[in-house]
Amino acid sequence: MDTCIQKIREIAFQLLDKKEVEKVIGFSNGTIPMATSPITIASKQDTEKLVFNSTCGLNLANYIRQQKGKIAVIAKGCDSRNIVTHIIENQVKRDQVYIIGVPCNGMINKSKIKSLFEDEIQKFEEDGDSLIIESSSKKEKLKKNDYLRENCRLCQHRNPVIYDVLAGDLVKEQIIDVPYPDVEKIAALEADARWIHFQDLTKNCIRCYACRNACPLCYCPTCFVDESGPQWVGKGQDKTDINTFHFLRAFHCAGRCTDCGACAEACPMDINVRDFTRKLNKDTFDMFGWEAGLDLTKRPPLDAYSPDDPNDFIK
Amino acid sequence: MGNLLEHMGIERDRIHFSWISSAEATKFVDVVKEISNKVRALGPNKKLVKDYN
Ligand code: SF4
Ligand code: SF4
Ligand code: SF4
Repeated sequence: MDTCIQKIREIAFQLLDKKEVEKVIGFSNGTIPMATSPITIASKQDTEKLVFNSTCGLNLANYIRQQKGKIAVIAKGCDSRNIVTHIIENQVKRDQVYIIGVPCNGMINKSKIKSLFEDEIQKFEEDGDSLIIESSSKKEKLKKNDYLRENCRLCQHRNPVIYDVLAGDLVKEQIIDVPYPDVEKIAALEADARWIHFQDLTKNCIRCYACRNACPLCYCPTCFVDESGPQWVGKGQDKTDINTFHFLRAFHCAGRCTDCGACAEACPMDINVRDFTRKLNKDTFDMFGWEAGLDLTKRPPLDAYSPDDPNDFIK
Repeated sequence: MGNLLEHMGIERDRIHFSWISSAEATKFVDVVKEISNKVRALGPNKKLVKDYN
């Protein structure tokens, strides 16, 4: 990863030095250990602030809309697929973004690591495939691959699908025989048990909308949850309103979601909201052979009509 | 949409989609009959219902 950081900083420095771009969007160290946050850099002196490691789980494609002038952005496999989706949906022009592609080895599941410690984590270091984590009471050395986020374990597009320059060597893509084990597990339950699964999943939701805000797909000027005339969904903690929010948020991502995991990463209550979107990802794959963000020339299936579309749901 | 609702545990027979022209009176009657029969068989819906009390 270290060589990759050096490369990212060099590329960013050159781009800003030659005034090829006005800003570089990347990751910087967060205010606590084992965290990074998005940063926008406009001066070449600041490129030292850029970092890249296994905690960069947010999706930077979320920050490239409505920018004036040319910008550069760091993109993992999934981010690059959301950039493709943005280009298809006219949120940004291809020639307006300079994509610094980062072949990815997966991001870590921070909650899983935190659960190993009773006290606060004070230090996080990465050394190749191992993670060294310290709190005031103990120090753990973990294998990164045992602590990957679920979406990263199942990811089949780790290399950026679109880029102007690469900050590292391409990685070997994983071939996953059963790409949707989680969805199948829920589908195998009886209707009432499925209902209970989703009730339990969302019972701690505080409607903070961090999941929506972290998602590059959610760029409506006024989200349906914020509309007041008409008010589509109640604004409080009523469980039916919570369910309606989650159901509709997921449906608005149908055929567009890249399973980047930023939504689940952002949730302060550790709710795996991907349980909703993954079902739709599986359906669009089964019905249309579609995975989002792989091809600049194809419209997402819910956005295009084809005489071969499956239509047995309608009478 | 039907698939996700079903995945969330809403019974499939509660969700119906149809396209009926204003000239297709008999189709309309048939579809409504089929829907009411299927929904009656399931009984009252208790999921995704807002309780205002
Ligand atoms: S989903 Fe894939 S590309 Fe994205 S962070 Fe995980 S492993 Fe990397
Ligand atoms: S719904 Fe979640 S996983 Fe899908 S694109 Fe948005 S943030 Fe990524
Ligand atoms: S981020 Fe989590 S708590 Fe906040 S609205 Fe989304 S699911 Fe609910």
